[in-house]
Amino acid sequence: MLDNEKSGNMNNAKSMSIIVTKGSLDWAYPPFILATTAAAMDVNVTMFFTFYGLPLLNKNLDLKISTLGNPAMKMPMMGMHMAMPNLAPMIPGVDRLTTTMMKNLIKKKGVASIEELREAAVESDVRMIACQMTMDLFEFSPDDMIEGIEIGGAATYMEGALKSDINLYI
Amino acid sequence: MAEHVLNAEGLNCPLPILKAKKALKSVPQGEILEVRSTDPGSVADFAAFCNQTGNELLSTSTEGNIYKFQIKRC
Repeated sequence: MLDNEKSGNMNNAKSMSIIVTKGSLDWAYPPFILATTAAAMDVNVTMFFTFYGLPLLNKNLDLKISTLGNPAMKMPMMGMHMAMPNLAPMIPGVDRLTTTMMKNLIKKKGVASIEELREAAVESDVRMIACQMTMDLFEFSPDDMIEGIEIGGAATYMEGALKSDINLYI
Repeated sequence: MAEHVLNAEGLNCPLPILKAKKALKSVPQGEILEVRSTDPGSVADFAAFCNQTGNELLSTSTEGNIYKFQIKRC
């Protein structure tokens, strides 16, 4: 039993890296879903958070979605699908409204929250690297970030990515 | 009869898999974990999960809208 658990962290285990570049509520899902699932399947996972993906490591998450410029977004409504007018977010309060709609839908359908998935990632030893340059650029300090992450740059990412079986950019 | 049962009803992808992985950690080797899920996607996902992790998927069955997976801990 122990040997099996250990082998998950040995060199012969598969590995995956994900560059996380987007931090809106909808775009936060693919990297966290894949990272946690891969970790559950004994894959060694590294996530590199850069640019707008970096705030996903903030202690307090306040994620939003915007329909701006997103004509593909269709929300279920009374048995039909309603395309969200993609210029409507110019009106104050519309993004807040669509975010609330999305969060209600997420809850109703038993989909995990990003907070939950992030906690699962921490618990399953997913390696999370905050991009140093982005921290400088947007003036984030390590105190703003959750515990257990690393801070590094492109070379730190590359070192892991060169040895990874799967590298994703999201 | 499974000695250990995980109720993942009402949860969507990837939560049934994540919770199963966690639950399996406290299942002794050779014993069986039964996972109950309502997510139709979990049928394909538990097969893939077991295939990859070496745990044995003994059976998949349905009971109304509930999917039941018998997983033997490797």
